[in-house]
Amino acid sequence: MDEKMKKDLQKLALQIRMGVVEEIKARGFGHLGGSLSVCDALAVLYGKEMRVDPKNPQWPERDKLVCSKGHAGPAVYSVLAVKGYFPYDDIKTLNQPGTDFPSHCDKKKTIGVDMTTGSLGQGTSLAAGMALGDRLKGRDSRVFVIVGDGESNEGQVWEAFMFAAAKKLSNYVVLLDNNKKQLDGYVSDVLDTGDLAAKMEAFGFDTQAVDGNDIEAMAAALERTKKGGDKPYAIVMDTVKGKGIADVEDTMANHSMNVTPEQCDKWLADLQKEWDALEG
Amino acid sequence: MDIVYNGEMDPRAFKEILGTQLQALAEEDPDVIYLDADLMSCIGTAKWAMTSSQGVNCGIAEANMAGVAAGLSASGFKPYIHSFGPFASRRCYDQVYLSAGYAGNPITVIGSDPGVCAAFNGGTHMPFEDMALYRAMPGSTVLDIADCNQLISVLRQVKDMDGVKYIRVGRKNCAKIYGDGADVPIGKGVTLREGKDAAVFATGIMIHEAFKAAEVLSKDGIEIAIIDMFTVKPLDGACVVKYAKETGAVVTAENHNKIGGLYSAVCDALAASEPVPVEYVAVEDVFGEVGPQDYLQKQFGLTAEHIVEKVRAAVARKK
Repeated sequence: MDEKMKKDLQKLALQIRMGVVEEIKARGFGHLGGSLSVCDALAVLYGKEMRVDPKNPQWPERDKLVCSKGHAGPAVYSVLAVKGYFPYDDIKTLNQPGTDFPSHCDKKKTIGVDMTTGSLGQGTSLAAGMALGDRLKGRDSRVFVIVGDGESNEGQVWEAFMFAAAKKLSNYVVLLDNNKKQLDGYVSDVLDTGDLAAKMEAFGFDTQAVDGNDIEAMAAALERTKKGGDKPYAIVMDTVKGKGIADVEDTMANHSMNVTPEQCDKWLADLQKEWDALEG
Repeated sequence: MDIVYNGEMDPRAFKEILGTQLQALAEEDPDVIYLDADLMSCIGTAKWAMTSSQGVNCGIAEANMAGVAAGLSASGFKPYIHSFGPFASRRCYDQVYLSAGYAGNPITVIGSDPGVCAAFNGGTHMPFEDMALYRAMPGSTVLDIADCNQLISVLRQVKDMDGVKYIRVGRKNCAKIYGDGADVPIGKGVTLREGKDAAVFATGIMIHEAFKAAEVLSKDGIEIAIIDMFTVKPLDGACVVKYAKETGAVVTAENHNKIGGLYSAVCDALAASEPVPVEYVAVEDVFGEVGPQDYLQKQFGLTAEHIVEKVRAAVARKK
């Protein structure tokens, strides 16, 4: 990856984080930790990897994203806003009465959201159906599905993974957000999922384990998922819950947090400084 | 409507109809796709579906099957999914509710062996609550099938309908009610027999029982109307009110828990506009058990004799 692309994607990741903060600032609380951990993945997906057209969000040939950990909706809305799917300021209505931007992703409400999620585990099967549908329709689209490590407690996730491998859905790409924490604490304390990469490998996935908050590593890993074959793909992303905002990273219970406007303004200023430094 | 009921059994079994009709629909419409959870061989679809791209065997994983179907729906397909009633309702209810219903991905769910039709599979396989569950799903259509030609008509109608459609249907033979090629419109009660003294709204296997009850009652000078209310949701409320007004006494008959099914739906309709005495023939609030179907019908109070008794009770309550 050339330096310019790398910088552009890093800047996009910062913009996504700023958008998340703007959304949650307006409401005063929200799912910060798990939104921030996937911002780098979303930057590479929407900034480089996915075949999408913000002016034609229902284009059947597009690549699709299913954010199965639906509570990362704020991060998805942010990247869609930056990419121009709808006016940027719309995302600041997050969770306000009548909003098109609910806590959890809803394809009937938000332009550019490819699938409704929120009940953990369900996105994995939906994405498998979409990937199978694209294949049967002769479309060479890929379906990316972001799955939480905590979400992997759900049995449906493993039913879906078994299905994707058995049906050889090589257009099914799992991004497993291994941010180590779920609502009640560390995944290892609540219900230890063990070695997720080994599990994905055992389930028949072409599996890579990478630093999910590293733009270059994510771009390289996603590049590999283009090669087809007869296996679905898994990228087990080593991430930090709350990544990019030290105060959030340092908060143990950062799944859903209350925030003040002053806190948010400080975080926005810090993120903007990072962005300015990259802009040079 | 071509009503041919004479008490004789249809030589065709429901499972033959499911097998041939799902295949026919798939051949006619490339967007039809059929998913099963390792029970293709039970409804006669395995022969074509195991080798067709329009058949998907999901294995014994109903929750995933419902989600995959919803994803296929989002991709432009018209999915039909099948399992035995409890696994097509309780086992994957949340997935059908959210991934299909809430998310706006229309699918059709076929739950076979309703209620006592589960017979020798016993209580674990015996759904008395599936209609209650699916009735509570916003925008759903709930259909309790009584006859092979009705099933053919219904399978075709649901293909392009919005929302979640739930079809509960047996696998064995049934009494023949409708003529070949009958069009049985979803959403309308079908009058099978006229009668002035009471109206019996029945579904599924209870229609055959209602006809047997009518013969017994007729000998005592009590004439019942029999209405096939196979569309339990959305209920044909106008039909219910019309017969309540005309007869002044109503009995419901269903192979289901008395809670949440046809009895509840009919009472809802009447409470709002035409309260008359209503009696039910349905399963009391209990779990299923194993046995031959005729034994189970007696055990759970689902026979012609029970209908006779409840009609007499309803008529006696008339003012």
